[in-house]
Amino acid sequence: MRKRLICSMASALSLLACSGNVLAQADAIDHAKAAAEFDKFRAEMEDNNPSELSELKGEELWKTKRGPKNVSLAESCDMGLGIGKLEGAYVKMPRYFADADAVMDAERRIVWCMVEKQGFNFDEIAKKPFAKDSFTPDATNLVTYVAGHSRNMKIAVPLDDPKVKKAWGIGKAMTAYRAGPYDFSCNTCHGSDGKRIRMQNLPNISTAAGAMTGVQGWPAYRMTGGVQLTHQWRMIDCFRQQRFPAPKYTSDAVAYLLTYMIGNANGQVYKGPGIKR
Amino acid sequence: MNHKIIAAALATPILLAALPAAAEEDYRAEAIAVFHKDFVARGQASLDRLAEDGVHAICNHTGNKPPADISKVLEADQMAAVKYPADGKLMGDWKAGEKLAQSGRGFTWSDQPGLPVGGNCYNCHQISPKEQAYGTIGPSLLQFGKLRGNSAEMQKYVYSKIFNAKAYNLCSEMPRFGRVEAISPSQIKDLVALLLDPESPVNK
Repeated sequence: MRKRLICSMASALSLLACSGNVLAQADAIDHAKAAAEFDKFRAEMEDNNPSELSELKGEELWKTKRGPKNVSLAESCDMGLGIGKLEGAYVKMPRYFADADAVMDAERRIVWCMVEKQGFNFDEIAKKPFAKDSFTPDATNLVTYVAGHSRNMKIAVPLDDPKVKKAWGIGKAMTAYRAGPYDFSCNTCHGSDGKRIRMQNLPNISTAAGAMTGVQGWPAYRMTGGVQLTHQWRMIDCFRQQRFPAPKYTSDAVAYLLTYMIGNANGQVYKGPGIKR
Repeated sequence: MNHKIIAAALATPILLAALPAAAEEDYRAEAIAVFHKDFVARGQASLDRLAEDGVHAICNHTGNKPPADISKVLEADQMAAVKYPADGKLMGDWKAGEKLAQSGRGFTWSDQPGLPVGGNCYNCHQISPKEQAYGTIGPSLLQFGKLRGNSAEMQKYVYSKIFNAKAYNLCSEMPRFGRVEAISPSQIKDLVALLLDPESPVNK
């Protein structure tokens, strides 16, 4: 089963590599048609989702005793529903954790567990937080594994918790904050319906439908660059294009923005890790 | 710096105090604190970019809907600081303008400082009918010159708008490309030509 999965991954990836080259010749291409083709590939890929490779790796990482404390996350990490319990955990995050006294999204919590329970060094993890070329961080694979356990479940960020509600409010205020050389806020691009940058559609994350469009994509295998990426990555990289400086990896800043965006998507079904252009 | 702008900057706290408190003011202070606590400089993106200037402050406080009397004052200040080419000619080369409009480079933490900055125009606008990969954050500029002519007054409007869009609409989403020196007066002339030159594909 595993071998067959990997073989079909390889053929899927070569197909993706092919389409990447075609799309690089931007001038000669009908972009609207290309976008439609992507969506077709994406639908066809559902059964052979490259994210599944990441999930498999994440499963290994979750269940293996690792780190200076030689402990597995499965036996030590509480993602909000009890130690080791993962069914439905991802869709109920971000949430407040008393042991950390912080509102934490899934990636933040996983990294916290790696540091506090397994004894890994945060600064080492934060040096290379996201996938690049052939390197995929452990946290990325773990987030994908955890997210897979919320497949086809409804987003349910606990906004009735006052600490989570406050995080949501701060996140909302952050999205309205214009600054920097181009005077951009998150809302400049993500605060209205029906907008796009070039051919990239922009979800309106202040609405339920738009927020879900944004949330649905993560974590994902991103065809551009051929890497596995997370929602944490996306929130940080947006600030690059916003011409802002960068939020620290797994900081409150990112957690509050994720609380706002994912909270706005409450009630809608999360289909699990996927693929993005 | 123009002394009128300094005066306006000093007056901003007074202007802000005169505004009615918005419901979202509750978390504005916390949000600003989080920006300063949790953001780090990266590449050319330094931490001073987190600070609001007068325009940011007014627009952020009022949900981008400032009272008319405040807008008029600050729009005039923006206009007063527009730098025009020394020879007074405002139309350049539309072909160079199209190239510039196509580039989205510059000012991010992954951009090398000192390398050419693009106009970023196609990210938000439809411009030449030949380019299908255009954004829709701003209005379509198809047939811009054909519809409006290219009088001296129209050239001045287009030039000034590109230099500092806030001179016409204080809380416009459009960046102030000339003011931050993303593009030079000479480059702005080329964009004016892209929009107004009868030979430009925009007007064909």
